[in-house]
Amino acid sequence: MDGSRDRLIGALAADLQPVRPLLPPALRTLLWLILVAIVAAVLAMFADVSATWHRLSAVSDTWLAALGCIATMAAAALAAFELSLPDRSRAWALLPLPAAVLWVGASGLGCMGGVLLPGTHVAATGETLDCLLFIVGLSAPLAAAMMLMLRRGYSLAPPLTAAMAGLASAAAAATLLNLFHPFAVAAADLFVHGIAVLIVVVAVRAVGSRTLQNSFAVPVTVPPDGSN
Amino acid sequence: MPARLIGPAMKHAAGRRTESDARRSALMSAAQAGDRIAYETLLRDCMSFIVGLSRRQGVPPDRIDDVVQEVLLTVHRARAAYDPRRSFEAWLRIIVERRAIDVLRQVRRHAGREVHAPLVSDGYADQTVDLSAGIERNENIKRIGAAMAELPRRQREAVHYLMLGEKSLDEAVVLTGRSKGSLKVNLHRALKALRLKIDRGA
Repeated sequence: MDGSRDRLIGALAADLQPVRPLLPPALRTLLWLILVAIVAAVLAMFADVSATWHRLSAVSDTWLAALGCIATMAAAALAAFELSLPDRSRAWALLPLPAAVLWVGASGLGCMGGVLLPGTHVAATGETLDCLLFIVGLSAPLAAAMMLMLRRGYSLAPPLTAAMAGLASAAAAATLLNLFHPFAVAAADLFVHGIAVLIVVVAVRAVGSRTLQNSFAVPVTVPPDGSN
Repeated sequence: MPARLIGPAMKHAAGRRTESDARRSALMSAAQAGDRIAYETLLRDCMSFIVGLSRRQGVPPDRIDDVVQEVLLTVHRARAAYDPRRSFEAWLRIIVERRAIDVLRQVRRHAGREVHAPLVSDGYADQTVDLSAGIERNENIKRIGAAMAELPRRQREAVHYLMLGEKSLDEAVVLTGRSKGSLKVNLHRALKALRLKIDRGA
């Protein structure tokens, strides 16, 4: 066997530490969703849940959009955890696509239909900006928690994995925004939601892919040839 | 779980595990628990598998070592991501295939930047050739080798990886486990010491 291979194997064996095999991706997804549920429960204490329920259940488009949003969150989270394993296909990144189409489609139909519930109004510019800040602000801790979990895996596609984590976090924040969203979804509001999700995905992809790459850089000391 | 989105090799191997696969899987499981002997045995055992698969992927012979190194480092860092209930060979196969593709991309990138045009120079005698240059070069190599041997180990490592091995600073950090600052300082000191030794020798 080649000397350099021998030295590398020796160095890797010397560096070996016991590790606990990762939980299956579906279970890790569930753990992250439980965290989102806890955040939702805390936020619900400050929100008018009955008004939210009334708004969601009264108009079918709104209900469908919320369902698409939740499904996007779960599918993107599962895709991220699957992609954090080195043997998984990159096709996992397509998993959130149908749910995202439902989310965007139902939201778009809702604002084009022009159905307004009594007691709601179309969001003003300042209010849409609040939506953007809410989505970006709440996504950050959720994405950070997911990145901590993803770092235990080893993705061979860190940017794609981080982008999925960003999409899951943004969809989670958008879902929770329903608790504090007493406006009818207008085109400008929908556009701002889309921009907020895009900002989160791009930011988490940029920061997260570096985090995931750095998590690989565990130093392994390989002695040079002929060292004493 | 046959319906899951797993790599093609994993699908191929699903459901039928050979004796060698079961043995390697048990060794990897022991390695996850911290058994160094099992780990070393497993890595040595996988060497022919990695080399053979890299060749079949079309990796040039002079780049096989790069694939081997990348695969071994990936297996080491991803060992917690291996599920002992699944085929080890299928898991390893996907890692080898992906690392081989990375190396092939690098080869293609290099090839795109370099032009092979032998006729430009082959038809002309080199007027500047110095017949004594070969002898002088050999003597220089010997002098540098002797001067290198006298350097402290950390300085020698820095020269070995950064100058002779043409590794980047980041790669050298991974290979030596030392900080960038330490490598830079040691390289600087090593070069200064070498210059002094060689000047003194001349």
